[in-house]
Amino acid sequence: MMRVEQISVFLENKEGRVAQVTSILSGSEVNIRALSLADTADFGVLRLIVDNTEKAEEVLKEKGFTVGKTHVVAVEVEDKPGGLNDILQILHDAKINVEYMYAFVRQSGNKAVMIFRFDDIESAVSVLEGKGIGIIPGKDLYSM
Amino acid sequence: MIFDIEFETLPREALEAIQLRRLKDTIERVYATVPFYKKRFEEAGITPADIKTIKDMAKIPFLTKHDLRDNYPFGLFAVPMDNVVRIHASSGTTGQPTVVGYTKRDIDTWANLMARALAAGGGTRGDIIHNAYGYGLFTGGLGVHYGAEKLGASVIPVSGGNTKRQITIMKDFKPTIITATPSYLLHLAEVAEEMGVSFKDLSFKCGILGAEPWSESMRSEIESKLGLKALDIYGLSEVMGPGVAIECREAQKGLHIFEDHFIPEIINPETGEVLPYGEVGELVFTSITKEAFPVIRYRTRDITSLNLEPCICGRTHIRMNRVSGRTDDMLIIRGVNVFPSQIESVLVKIDEVEPHYQLLVDRVGTLDNLTVRVEISERLFSDEVKSLQGLEKKIAHDIKETLGVSATIKLVEPKTIQRSEGKAVRVIDNRTI
Repeated sequence: MMRVEQISVFLENKEGRVAQVTSILSGSEVNIRALSLADTADFGVLRLIVDNTEKAEEVLKEKGFTVGKTHVVAVEVEDKPGGLNDILQILHDAKINVEYMYAFVRQSGNKAVMIFRFDDIESAVSVLEGKGIGIIPGKDLYSM
Repeated sequence: MIFDIEFETLPREALEAIQLRRLKDTIERVYATVPFYKKRFEEAGITPADIKTIKDMAKIPFLTKHDLRDNYPFGLFAVPMDNVVRIHASSGTTGQPTVVGYTKRDIDTWANLMARALAAGGGTRGDIIHNAYGYGLFTGGLGVHYGAEKLGASVIPVSGGNTKRQITIMKDFKPTIITATPSYLLHLAEVAEEMGVSFKDLSFKCGILGAEPWSESMRSEIESKLGLKALDIYGLSEVMGPGVAIECREAQKGLHIFEDHFIPEIINPETGEVLPYGEVGELVFTSITKEAFPVIRYRTRDITSLNLEPCICGRTHIRMNRVSGRTDDMLIIRGVNVFPSQIESVLVKIDEVEPHYQLLVDRVGTLDNLTVRVEISERLFSDEVKSLQGLEKKIAHDIKETLGVSATIKLVEPKTIQRSEGKAVRVIDNRTI
């Protein structure tokens, strides 16, 4: 399965809200693999990839957070100038829309990882795979 | 100037004699023509013959907004539709709108009372009246309009909106009296300033302002900034429309209620007990000259007190103080009545479950600003910011569509709206009026 599970959390723009989320996760021994925060003047959406999605969802909901779950794709990017551009070009040519994207932090390896949120995951994955782009399955990513 | 010197300066005794005669006539008429009233009287164990003095009115059950809704649309009309020449209605988004009708004579009475009101502000035949109250089912625009014509003044039926154009009209036509909601007047002044026009250089001597709560400090601001005399006017469609009561320019202290047409009472809103003059409570009106839509002891929900002290202007009619609040949770935002339940019904349609929400009202600059805080739920939540912003836009759009007011929507985290005794605090009104 090429999809990666991502949870998203609704946050008001108030001091210390992100820290509360990370503290809850830390207390439940959930490890954050990747994170992105999209914000507006009033609210933000914190997106997380963690090693234990179920657990994270459960403990955050317990504390009254609104949590959503979506699927994203982890794409390997050549760690060189134009690496990301090549991938975006492929997606553009195939008319595949990127809803949003953010970087995945990885300890080692010679390729970077980007997380993509697509409207149409199936087509995106098949286009990228067709072009020989590496996609990291969820189970690998959670424990990377 | 007093427009109707004979009636507006009647000695109390003569005034009360007229009131009693007209009250008895009205009661006999509604008893005979409106089944609702007959039933109410029977339930209370009274007949029109039991009303021998004005004090006897206390025996009659109150009329409420609910009764008006229950009898939608024409159930409380006391004349055949053949005799009804005008219909007005409230917005009615909480359920049934309240519908009121007028005979030719009612329109004439209304025009007469509105002419009195304009005259109380110094209006005469030579004046040009810039009428920025909305025209339509709302009684404001047409009410003022007929009064201005009755006075013999020239009226500019400009209505609300088209603010820049209004400034041009003011410059070119040189109106001398403006009628508007106080907040819209201040908005007009701001826009004028942006256009390089000072209100003080225009020709206004007086503003007849109402249809929303405002304060003494707002009056001072308007008078000093705009260089005109600002008078408070009161009215409500159920009783008539604008011109039920008006401040006089001489005293500017309390609004004279035209008692030869309406009998005011102040009651304890909890018990319904009639309170003596001077005490604060809910204002109740009985119309004693209206033909098409008489109201007997109509509860306005407005909180005020009555003052019978003689006034320096010479009018003998009792004065009501500024309305200080509402007995229900109705908000008046930019002249539009807003009930929290209306917002709720909009939100329920979007989410299909009862959401937690809160209304915050602020006065930003000179305009009322409504913010609706809506707790996010899993059903509404999305990981995409644009969907959430789209949701805010949709809620704002639906509120505007349903209620006619613009609102800023703020999505908030669950359980962040304060609950008191398990019930959320639905309204926070930060306006200092």
